[in-house]
Amino acid sequence: MYAHVATWWTILRICLEERLVYRGDFALGTLMRFLPIVTQIFLWTAVFDASGQERLAGYARDHVIAYYLLTMVSRAFSSMPGLAGGIARQIREGEIKKFLIQPVDMLGFLLLGRVAHKMAYYSVAIAPFGLVFFLCHRYFYGLPAEAATQSAIIFAAFLATLVMGFLLGYFLEASLGLIGFWWLEVRSLLFIYMLMNFFLSGHMFPLDMLPEPWRSLVDLLPLQYLAYFPAAVFLGKITGTELARGLLIEAAWLIFFIGLARVMFNRGVKRYSGFGG
Amino acid sequence: MPVIEIEKLEKSYSVYQKKEGLAASLRGLFRREYREVLAVRGIDLTVDEGEFVAFLGPNGAGKTTTLKLLSGVINPTSGTARVMGHVPWKRENAYRRRFALVMGQKNQLWWDLPAQESFRLHQQIYRIDPATFNKTRDELTDLLEIGDLLKQPVRELSLGERMKMELTAALLHSPEVLFLDEPTIGLDVVAQHNIQQFLKHYQEERKVTILLTSHYMKDIAALCKRVVVIAKGRIEYDGSLSGIVDSFSGHKIVTLQFAEHDSMKALERFGEVLEIQPPRAKVRIDRVDVSKTLAALLSEHTIEDVVVEDPPLEEVIANVFSSVRDDEDVEPKPEISMTTDH
Repeated sequence: MYAHVATWWTILRICLEERLVYRGDFALGTLMRFLPIVTQIFLWTAVFDASGQERLAGYARDHVIAYYLLTMVSRAFSSMPGLAGGIARQIREGEIKKFLIQPVDMLGFLLLGRVAHKMAYYSVAIAPFGLVFFLCHRYFYGLPAEAATQSAIIFAAFLATLVMGFLLGYFLEASLGLIGFWWLEVRSLLFIYMLMNFFLSGHMFPLDMLPEPWRSLVDLLPLQYLAYFPAAVFLGKITGTELARGLLIEAAWLIFFIGLARVMFNRGVKRYSGFGG
Repeated sequence: MPVIEIEKLEKSYSVYQKKEGLAASLRGLFRREYREVLAVRGIDLTVDEGEFVAFLGPNGAGKTTTLKLLSGVINPTSGTARVMGHVPWKRENAYRRRFALVMGQKNQLWWDLPAQESFRLHQQIYRIDPATFNKTRDELTDLLEIGDLLKQPVRELSLGERMKMELTAALLHSPEVLFLDEPTIGLDVVAQHNIQQFLKHYQEERKVTILLTSHYMKDIAALCKRVVVIAKGRIEYDGSLSGIVDSFSGHKIVTLQFAEHDSMKALERFGEVLEIQPPRAKVRIDRVDVSKTLAALLSEHTIEDVVVEDPPLEEVIANVFSSVRDDEDVEPKPEISMTTDH
C-alpha cells in the first residue's frame, strides 16, 4: 500500500511540474476562462428585461446568474480538456505502448495526471474565482433554506457532486478516447459529444427550464451531472429524497463508466496492433 | 537455460485496402476490402541466458513485430512464446518489471521535464529501492557521460544525448532481458559508436540477454555473435555473422595487381569482372574454383599482388533479402464493414 501511495505521489508531483513548465500559457488560459461570465451576465439581464418578468421558469433574475457562476465551478471540476483526443492520439501514434510495457496502469496514471492538472489549475484560479464570486455576491441573495449557503448538509452534498462530477467527466471522456482503438480518428465523434455536452449538461441554461419531453430525456443522460446537477443542488433546487436519488444515480453512472473504460481498455489492447514503428 | 522460447509464432494484421479515387473512397464507407498481412509467419527461436542476438532483415520483415510480441505490446494470431517463463502478452507486472524495450524512434521520457524526473518516476513504477536506484543511475550516467545533462529538459537534448537518456531509463530497473529496436537510428557515427561500446560493456558486465534489431551492420558486427536473419516473416538464417557469407555467397572477390607491362586481356574467362583500373582488376570467382582459377591466372599473366576476400556482408545480406520468395504475401479477404472513416 505504501508503495502505491509513493508511486501515486511521484506521478502527481511530476505531472504538476510538467503543468508548470509553460507558465505563461497556463496563467493566460486560466484567466481567459472568466471572460464568458461577463457576456452571460449581459445576456441574462437582456433576457429578463425583454420579458418584463422577475422570474423565468422558477428562476429569479439574480439566481440565473448565480446558476451560471456555479456551473463554472462544476465545469472546472468535470471538464477534461484534451483527454479523449489525447488518448486517441496516443493510440494512433503508438505512444500508448509505454503503458503496455511498463508496470503502470494507463487509466490510473492519466487520472493522477488530471488530478495534478486540476490542482495546478485551482491553485492559480482560486484568486480570480474568489474575486468574481466576491464581485457577484449579490446574485446569491435570497436563496431558499435548502441552499448550500444556508445548510451544511447541502454544502457537503454539493462538494460530493463536484468530486463525482470530476470522476464521471474523467471516465466518460476516457471511454470516448478509447474508441480510438477501433476508429483511429475520433475527432468528429468528440465534436458531437462536445455539442451535446454544451446543451445537455446545463452549461448554457438551467436544464429545469426545458419543456417536456426534453426534460425527461435529459434526465436519462449522465451529462447533467457535469454542470447542471451541482449548481442546482447548491441553489436548493434539489432536496430530500430527490437529492439522495440524484446522488445515487450519479454514483451508478460513475461506476458504469469506470467499468466501461476498463473493459474498453482491455478489449482495445487485445486488438491493438502497435502502430507506429 | 533458455530465457526466450518461441514456437510457431504467427501474427497477421487486417489492413484496409483503399483503392484510388473519390468514388472508391465513397464505396469504402460501406464495403471495405481487407487483406491479411502476415507480418510474422511461424517463427521458432530459442535464446539462452546472456546471449546477444541480432535480428537482421529488410524493412517490414517482421523484426519489430517480433519484438512487440515478445514485449507484450501486441497479441499473436497463433503460436506460443515464453520469456523467463512468462507469456509476454499477459502483461503481468511480474514480467514487466524484468524486461525493457527501447525503440530508437520512440521516446518514453517526459519531453518538457529534465530526464532525472522521468528516472524518478521509473524508480517508483518499477519499485526500485532508493539506494539501488542511485547507484544504478550514477553508474549508467557515468558510463554514458550524461551526468551533467540530467537537469536539462529532454526537449533540449540532442538526438544522441536523448538516446543515452532513453537507455538509462530503460536500464534503471536492471532488466534481465532487453529488447532494442534500432537503438542507433539517425545517430552520427560518433554517437553510434558510443552506444555500441556502452551496450557491449554493459552486456559483458551484467550478462543480460539482449535482442537487437538494427540496419547498421557495424552495430551487429561489433555486438552480436549470433545473427538471426528474418525476411518475409520467416527465419532464413540463424548462426554467426561470418557464417552468413559462407551459407549465402558462393563467391570470393579477388583483387589482382598486374605488372605494368601486362596486357590484362581476356579476364572474363576467369570470372565476372567487377572493375578494371589498370594495373588493378577485381574479379568475382566461384568459391570452389578459387585455387584453380588463381593458378591459371598466375600462369597466363604477370601478377604482383593478389587479395582474396569475401564479398561485403551488406551485399550478401541484400542478396539474401531479395532472394526470399515473393509469393503468398497476401491473401485477399473481402469483408463487409459499416465502420466509417472517422
